[in-house]
Amino acid sequence: MNTTELTTTTTDSVHAAADTVVAASGHGGEENQFAQLLHHVFDSNEIEIPFVGHVHLPHFHPVEIFGIPFDFSITKHVVFLLLSALIICVVLALAARSNRRNVIPRGFGNFIEVFVVFIRDEIILPNMGTAGLRYLPYLLTTFFFILVMNLFGLIPYGASATGNVNVTAGLAIVAFFVIQASAIRAQGVKHYVTHLTGGVHWSLWIIMVPIELLGLFTKPFALCIRLFANMMGGHIVIVSLIGLIFIFKSFVIATLPASFVIGIGLLEMFVAFLQAYIFVMLTALFMGLGIQAAQEHGDGHGH
Amino acid sequence: MESVGLGYLAAGIGAALTVIGAGLGIGKLAASAMEASGRQPEVAGQVRTSMIIAAALIEGATFFALAICIILATKG
Repeated sequence: MNTTELTTTTTDSVHAAADTVVAASGHGGEENQFAQLLHHVFDSNEIEIPFVGHVHLPHFHPVEIFGIPFDFSITKHVVFLLLSALIICVVLALAARSNRRNVIPRGFGNFIEVFVVFIRDEIILPNMGTAGLRYLPYLLTTFFFILVMNLFGLIPYGASATGNVNVTAGLAIVAFFVIQASAIRAQGVKHYVTHLTGGVHWSLWIIMVPIELLGLFTKPFALCIRLFANMMGGHIVIVSLIGLIFIFKSFVIATLPASFVIGIGLLEMFVAFLQAYIFVMLTALFMGLGIQAAQEHGDGHGH
Repeated sequence: MESVGLGYLAAGIGAALTVIGAGLGIGKLAASAMEASGRQPEVAGQVRTSMIIAAALIEGATFFALAICIILATKG
């Protein structure tokens, strides 16, 4: 699919927006400050640590693999990506150890168990049945990973890695492969390929197969764009409201944007949980479609 | 009319139409959710959950259009 094109287009266009804003002001002025604020939303090669200041992150030269340049330099979003992964590894391992020791969950393990049981009983079992329980680890990992990345964007000096279309594209690509793998595992390769034809007369295959293939790709694509646009949109709104304070340059008027920022920040916390839940629920739904199609085939052939 | 100006104009009108569509869709959704909870208060929790899921899906489609508007506003 044109994920790379959309990736470069989107990031280029929003960077071009920031550049036009900077270039529009001949001198440093409010526009320059606004572009400075926008840098908090986009990816950058330096990270700001409280009480230490700006830390310049290592920038590696792009590596050419099969003609595609891969830039492995560590940017701000990569730092938060790795930090979120580290945090969920440590925190969830601690919760699992606590739950293994106590038969009745107590304390933090109890808190994590709420999420685990919620995802198992509300998302996996209704959509995929007991055959879907093998995918519970993947869905739980995705849920906590997206949740922690989203929540990092709400703390001061933090940035949400999911506000980067490359990160959400990576999550969507993994979801795509897991959905196809679950469909193939449930239906078998032959039935999976025949489903691509849609069960029509063979003369219509030439129309049906591209449409079905396109349908295979649009669902993870929608997952990617939904998560990315929700996170980036929320952060741009918060940054714009704070930019209002810089435009007015008055302490008295600053209380109004500050109260709006508090309100939108609370909404963003809700959206962080909601978007993680929606991503996982839609992945489970798509996987369940494949498993249900397999069960229809099984009943149809009189097993 | 330069093409750059038309690009900005299109982005603005596109964003406005997108919000109209999203507002209408989610408003209709919320109206039927309120009606359902009023009619049968004991399922209000499930209705609320389904309403939020449907609202997130409608917003997902909205953000598609918004992404196109952003591309228009910066590349046009």
